[in-house]
Amino acid sequence: MSSATSAIEAPAPEPLVFHWHEAEVAAVTAITPTVKSVRLRCAIAGRQRAGQHVDVRLTAADGYRASRSYSVASVPDGSDTIELLVEGLPGGEVSSWFFETAEVGDRLELRGPIGGSFSWDGPDGGPLLLAGGGSGVVPLLAMLRRRAQVVPDLPAALIYSVRSRAEAIALDELEARDRDETNFSLFLRTTREGEGRRVDAALVEAALDRVGAPGKVFLCGSNRFVSPTADLVVAAGVPPAVIRTERFGA
Amino acid sequence: MVTRGFTGRRQPPETGARLPPGQYLTQDFPILQIGPNPTIDLATWEFTLRDGSRPIKSWSWEAMLALPRTRWHGDIHCVTKWSKFDTQWEGVSFDDLLADAGTAAPTDFLLAESYDDYSTNIPVADLVGGKAMIALLYGGEPIHADHGGPARFFVPHLYFWKSAKWLKGLRFTKTDTAGYWELRGYHMYGDPWREQRYIGD
Repeated sequence: MSSATSAIEAPAPEPLVFHWHEAEVAAVTAITPTVKSVRLRCAIAGRQRAGQHVDVRLTAADGYRASRSYSVASVPDGSDTIELLVEGLPGGEVSSWFFETAEVGDRLELRGPIGGSFSWDGPDGGPLLLAGGGSGVVPLLAMLRRRAQVVPDLPAALIYSVRSRAEAIALDELEARDRDETNFSLFLRTTREGEGRRVDAALVEAALDRVGAPGKVFLCGSNRFVSPTADLVVAAGVPPAVIRTERFGA
Repeated sequence: MVTRGFTGRRQPPETGARLPPGQYLTQDFPILQIGPNPTIDLATWEFTLRDGSRPIKSWSWEAMLALPRTRWHGDIHCVTKWSKFDTQWEGVSFDDLLADAGTAAPTDFLLAESYDDYSTNIPVADLVGGKAMIALLYGGEPIHADHGGPARFFVPHLYFWKSAKWLKGLRFTKTDTAGYWELRGYHMYGDPWREQRYIGD
């Protein structure tokens, strides 16, 4: 993080330049009724920090273009692909192409990875508290995958708020991590089945009790999820400076 | 390079003409920020104009409210690709702020600085002549904390990351000095009509 003062005094950093690269669809797999896993073969595979996103650009035959941002779900894994988890939003100009049209071999463009603020790697240190709403879990999933690679004993907890178990992304993987990994706990809240509970102060306290004082807190989802959850985390005594948020939609 | 099977959703011409390249129209008001909303007490809120490290003048909330007001109506554009049409803002123009401080801009650049340690750089030429304000009202109401209230910077002809939320001051700098996102690959200027999202665009 860079305060205004250090921004003035810091030496000029190496300029980051994001070029567009061609990419090819390597695999498309439905993972929930509303979400597909899309593997893209691209030159930037392996460069991403967990939590970063890429910009995807599609071009129509007449030159019309549209681009959108997607969090990367995969971590550098030695393959030449990255994984995006795309939610099929009604009327979504780019997501509907991924959801209804994309096939192996299709070509598109992307650039990145982008986003230094909402990203994490093992050397960043300290316990991790993660909270995701709906498809906001995707960058957090990347962080948990990275944690398992490089610091598997690091205390970590994921609060995951989703409408129903059927709509939960990577639920099998997350429940397996909760069962098999030392020091990782999943706190799942379903808002439209079972007791229909939202994230509250007691849940945040329980997650913090499990991990201890977090080195970093990452919150991602709609603003309806992120804004009250951020307030709960601050109210629980976590310093605001360690909390990072990413929001989409209204 | 054409993507097979992609046709896209074309905007009606009257919408398309108002949308900068690569933007889409949204009816809601998305919220993007690096962390939680900072806690701000109007009793201790203070806004400071600085030349480098030297304070030029500070205003309390009451003093800021007493300055002349400017209204603005129009479209705003976020680097994350949404645009929102026909928004209404009211606040204190950069020109009126400088007049109240009894000074002309001492340098050609500044950093807008926020209560959450966010910062962003803008050339002074893009602020003078009614082009920017310290916004105090949105849609005639106090600005909600989620949208940067009580006071946010407002520079609507640039991408909206330049309109820093929870503004606590403006700091003139001798050179064009990168702020929070500009240090992380975002464009130094950020003109939506030239699609200057990232360095090199």
